[in-house]
Amino acid sequence: MKLLRNLSIQMKKKNSLSLIKGIGVASLVYLAGACSSNEHIDFNADIRPIINTKCISCHGGVKKNGGFSLLFREEALAETESGQPAIIPGKPGESELIKRLVHDDPEYRMPLDAPPLNEEEIRKLKAWIKQGAQWEDHWAYVKPKPQELPKVSNTAWPKNGIDYFILQKLEAEGLQPSPEADKTTLLRRVTLDLTGLPPTQTQVDSFLKDNSPNAYEKVVDRLLASPHYGERWTAMWLDLARYADSKGYEKDDFRNIWRYRDYVIESFNKDLPFNQFTVEQLAGDLLPEPTEKQLIATGFHRNTTNNDEGGTDDEEFRTTAVLDRVNTTWEVWQATTMACVQCHSHPYDPFRQKEYYQFMSYFNNTRDEDTPNETPTLNFFKQEEQTKVQLVKDWITNHSPAKEKAQQEQKIRHFLQVLEPKFHGHNFDSLTKGVLTGDNKSPGIHHTGFTRLKQINFTGKTQVFTRYAAESPGGVVELRKGAVDGEKIGTWQVESTGSRWKYVVKSFFIQPTEGTHDVYLVFNNPAAKSEVAIVDWVVFSEAMPGWDKPGFKAVQDSLLSLHNTAKPDRMPILQENGETTRRKTHVFVRGNWLVKGEQVQSGVPASMNPLPKGVPSNRLGMAKWLVSPENPLTARVTVNRFWEQLFGTGIVETLEDFGSQGMKPSHPELLDWLALQFMHEQQWSVKKMLKQLVLSATYRQSAKVTPELQEKDLYNRLLARGPRVRLTAEQVRDQALAIGGLLSTKMGGPSVMPPQPAGVWQVVYSGLQWKNSEGEDAFRRGIYTFWRRSVPYPSMITFDSPVREICVSRRIRTNTPLQALVTLNDTVYIVAARGLASRMSSTKDEATIEDQLKTGYKLATLREPTAAKLAILKQLYTNSLSYYKEKPEEVGAILGEEQSTNTQLAALTVVSNAILNLDEVITKE
Amino acid sequence: MNLFEQAEFERLQYLTRRHFLLKCTTGLGAMALGSFLGCNSSGKSTGNTAKALAEHSTNPLLPKPAHFAPKAKRVIFLHMAGAPSQLELFDYKPELMKLNGQSCPQSLLEGKRFAFIKGVPKMLGPQAEFKQHGQSGAWVSKHLPYFSKVVDDVAFLKAMHTNEFNHAPAQLLMQTGNGRLGRPSMGSWVTYGLGSENENLPGFIVLVSGGKQPDAGKSAYGSGFLPTVYQGVECRSKGEPVLYVSDPKGMNRDLRRHTLDAINKINEEQYKEMGDPEIISRISQYEMAFKMQVSVPEAMDISKEPESVHQMYGTSPGQSSFANNCLLARRLIERDVRFVQLFHWGWDAHGAGKEEALNFGFMDRCREVDQPMAALIQDLKQRGLLEDTLVVWGGEFGRTPMLENREGKENPFTGRDHHTEAFTVWMAGGGVKGGVSFGETDEIGYYGVKDKVHVHDLQATILNQLGMNHEKLTYHFQGRNFRLTDVHGQVVRDILA
Repeated sequence: MKLLRNLSIQMKKKNSLSLIKGIGVASLVYLAGACSSNEHIDFNADIRPIINTKCISCHGGVKKNGGFSLLFREEALAETESGQPAIIPGKPGESELIKRLVHDDPEYRMPLDAPPLNEEEIRKLKAWIKQGAQWEDHWAYVKPKPQELPKVSNTAWPKNGIDYFILQKLEAEGLQPSPEADKTTLLRRVTLDLTGLPPTQTQVDSFLKDNSPNAYEKVVDRLLASPHYGERWTAMWLDLARYADSKGYEKDDFRNIWRYRDYVIESFNKDLPFNQFTVEQLAGDLLPEPTEKQLIATGFHRNTTNNDEGGTDDEEFRTTAVLDRVNTTWEVWQATTMACVQCHSHPYDPFRQKEYYQFMSYFNNTRDEDTPNETPTLNFFKQEEQTKVQLVKDWITNHSPAKEKAQQEQKIRHFLQVLEPKFHGHNFDSLTKGVLTGDNKSPGIHHTGFTRLKQINFTGKTQVFTRYAAESPGGVVELRKGAVDGEKIGTWQVESTGSRWKYVVKSFFIQPTEGTHDVYLVFNNPAAKSEVAIVDWVVFSEAMPGWDKPGFKAVQDSLLSLHNTAKPDRMPILQENGETTRRKTHVFVRGNWLVKGEQVQSGVPASMNPLPKGVPSNRLGMAKWLVSPENPLTARVTVNRFWEQLFGTGIVETLEDFGSQGMKPSHPELLDWLALQFMHEQQWSVKKMLKQLVLSATYRQSAKVTPELQEKDLYNRLLARGPRVRLTAEQVRDQALAIGGLLSTKMGGPSVMPPQPAGVWQVVYSGLQWKNSEGEDAFRRGIYTFWRRSVPYPSMITFDSPVREICVSRRIRTNTPLQALVTLNDTVYIVAARGLASRMSSTKDEATIEDQLKTGYKLATLREPTAAKLAILKQLYTNSLSYYKEKPEEVGAILGEEQSTNTQLAALTVVSNAILNLDEVITKE
Repeated sequence: MNLFEQAEFERLQYLTRRHFLLKCTTGLGAMALGSFLGCNSSGKSTGNTAKALAEHSTNPLLPKPAHFAPKAKRVIFLHMAGAPSQLELFDYKPELMKLNGQSCPQSLLEGKRFAFIKGVPKMLGPQAEFKQHGQSGAWVSKHLPYFSKVVDDVAFLKAMHTNEFNHAPAQLLMQTGNGRLGRPSMGSWVTYGLGSENENLPGFIVLVSGGKQPDAGKSAYGSGFLPTVYQGVECRSKGEPVLYVSDPKGMNRDLRRHTLDAINKINEEQYKEMGDPEIISRISQYEMAFKMQVSVPEAMDISKEPESVHQMYGTSPGQSSFANNCLLARRLIERDVRFVQLFHWGWDAHGAGKEEALNFGFMDRCREVDQPMAALIQDLKQRGLLEDTLVVWGGEFGRTPMLENREGKENPFTGRDHHTEAFTVWMAGGGVKGGVSFGETDEIGYYGVKDKVHVHDLQATILNQLGMNHEKLTYHFQGRNFRLTDVHGQVVRDILA
């Protein structure tokens, strides 16, 4: 009764009316029936929801009002500002928490300025404290548990384990599964799902003919073996990798990183186990003697944005990239919203702010520093350069000591393809008689001026490579150890590069020096009109093998000429700092990178599984930690992602957030079962996992929405029917091209520029141009379309593709008029319609118009049209035909061939345009 | 329900309940909620279902009630990309003239980050003559003779400040509330919050002039993590006004109508077979697309405006100019477009080249914007639109009172570096007082010293005029509720009428 009194006071105060009262009373009645007095209180089911909705915004990771937080048990039981703990386990009556919930004075009663907790909630909290105020981890942070297959009545329906979990719930809800989709529909669905493309008519025919019991499984196996399988799943992965062919921000220049995209395609196609796929992308460079592919894999985290705008602080945007790597890693593998923890401890989930920076420390020691040249890069050479490449390779091989043969490949890669660690313009300080020039990036030093590099490890480093520009010949740069007048350890004779704008890579030798020292570069050239030299970067390297042998000069010239290639092919990769250049990682106070707090060491959050035994405490160890069987999240998050792609909605709908603010799994036991299958039975094989999903009876159901299902399960969370969702941006395009008979099956290589409307690219300070690709490159699959972040391909964005600035796990499907305009009017779709029209008209000479229309409809949907649909198409054809007969000048225009007078083909093109826009065509049924 | 639908549902439920509680109009509230939820469960009559589903939650541009009674229904944001110098336009500093040519004191340089200034630069006095104008006595330089005549309709914010000193990040902060990529822009937030009043035109339209996109590219008007349906749609003066809005060559309107009829009829057949309400939604989207094909070119065609209007704005049909875009902004506002965003590029007056010199390119930019922006205010006023249309003008940051000395050397032309501490933004209409100057900078225009306004405060104020509490306009993403103003923002009440 007291509660009702409170409610009515509350209502007066808020001037509210009967609706709240209604809700309040209704929920009271509901809750009162839900809980008996002696039951065990379950923290996750009973208590956490109260804390998260009513308490945590003031008493959690962000705010700890009154010195009280409910985020962790030890915090909740700790002394508050009053000097007393608010919760005393076993003693609800003495716990301030309870007292404050029922306090008469609204100034003291919690939650402050909000409706009081209801009686049931208070009773639960009391019981929970009485029972010891035990904490339980949120389900997602507890390892998946082995699951028995549930008991079901309709034992004839399940085809594999998945179906038992689905059916059990359907039976509990009084629902029946839908019948299996017809064979054609099922074939189209599974082909689109596994390869992103529609099946061909031949494939349909052969499936229809095949009456063997495993006909469907054979199709699935064929699709999993198709090279298009890798392309389809890469489309999904590239959103996570925030892959783009440009760097972002103002200039948004070209980024040469398509080899990473091809790596992903290849990895899916060869079914690289997902744990290995993970390790290679996050730490391929730290694997022992990494292969070229494993270095390319590290492009995953070089997809972060780069800011080349003049006058930026490189460290600021390097930091931005590192933070993004942390957030992306947590989103992709852990579905945990770690970005929250950048500024403060997580408001809801068990992560402390310090732990964010401990984790960031894993990523904070790569060599990339937001420089426009994107180093570290992996260099690739053109065919015509192969002689020089071979010369260098042979020389290094022939001059390496026999016992180092195993490392030869790494050496060759060092000198030819990587050449790190580079020290960039911004690494130089103490600039005297010099300033940063060239967009504020590179030190340009005048006669008698100098600059310093700090803490260079010289041990074993006697060869220096530098990229620089110098107008005047005859410059001399002395390298002095420790001080500007310190011991001279080397002299660089600066050759003119022709102008202060032309940068060239050169090399010189210095004397052997032990240890780590500051080095001063002292510039002299009395004849220089401007700078003695402008330095882009410097590398202190071990000397090339055989540097003192006859013939070396020619080899070195070849090497340098390769580094001076006019249009280099260099792909950004990850490379780790050496010991002496390791960065210290600090907590950023309130997330502000300019305000550095406590220094931290690398580590994973305490609430998670520890690092596996024997792994190094670096990025590689972190990657192995993610795919350790002890990690509660990686397998669940991954199977959920693939599930969502097939079924339209994840078992956990919030793919990006498994934390306590994400949505609860619709079928938690199924998720655990699938995760364990994936890790153990399937040994992280994505193909095996997908096969299991698509072979289930659940997947094979018809997508028909009956009134009963619409009433009971509008959003199909119970899966009493098959998925029915619009195709993705890439699939809409690829399918249209396939139906039009235009799709190129060429795989891989640099991104292409299919037709896009003129004038879309108008980016400041950038010479990058959109040039329509020629030949089959105009008709490649969507994943090969050049992706520029500041001006993404318009039709992709219209169909909900993210811009790829940051990782986006889930495309929110929308349905808008702008999408209709794309498929109705975009040249790509008109060309596809022309293609379909000519396929319709070229069937048979004696084909009637009905036959042709049927053919067109069938090419797009793989089915025969109903009589009603055929009549509608016929009507459109007739109208179109009379239009073109009246206006013969329009025929050439619609067909894109000025001279054409083929009115029938023109009319078929209009019909094709309509067919390509049908809901059943742009939807997976 | 997906997350988006759920968020929308909860929000609308909340709003509906509130509306219902405030107005006690039980029937209406219940009806709104009902139609919102209204997925016609009978599934029998396609026509009725279509109607019900036009109101369905998957139509994310449905008009929605504001949090409270709005003063402004629409916004025109004139973003001067590249950041014009406040010291040559509005923030008159005679003291700075006295210091002209003297070395900058160390106290102004220590601990500061500049884009290009190196070492010790010289101070640079105002490069324009100033006069007071109007009843309000507003200081405006001679670079803006037309604008000087409308100052009594304008509120100046003279002590604006920001955190970002590079163009793209600062534009992102101004337009998305965060200096890094990935957040929704102001126009996206507004159409997400309020929906669109005109279903035949996009709710958020962008017009670009000056020959380039803004430095931050489409991200300055992107939808970030909001569904892409909320992104700004660029309307262009050349080529198709909106991408793909024109029928293909060789097809006229009648034939397009026939194709749409065929598509919709077959889709209805499909609906009978599959029963998926999404099919009905698609039918209505195709109908909207058809209408948009007419309404967009009609709205974008300024050729039929009377000669007097062209003279007023300085427009000439068929060109791509800021003037044309101002006139277009008025036409779009007349058609109830919610948010019209203009970008005019080329204000980055460093002095490193003639085009970016205070005494050359900068003056050209002034000439390009002066007459049309003044005409826009006058025109809106005479049409009675200024009352409920908020016009905002500004760049992404200000310029230094120091002469830029790139690479420590003298630049070939006169210019100023990027400056985060002080710049001027003005607003007009939409419930903002006219003839007001709010905020002061110090004697040389380096720091704001009184009534400083941060970019987030400006954003909070814009949302406030639209009837939205910037702390309540949120979207749940990556585990938390995001908002335009991040965790900041205070409405600048002093300039509100």
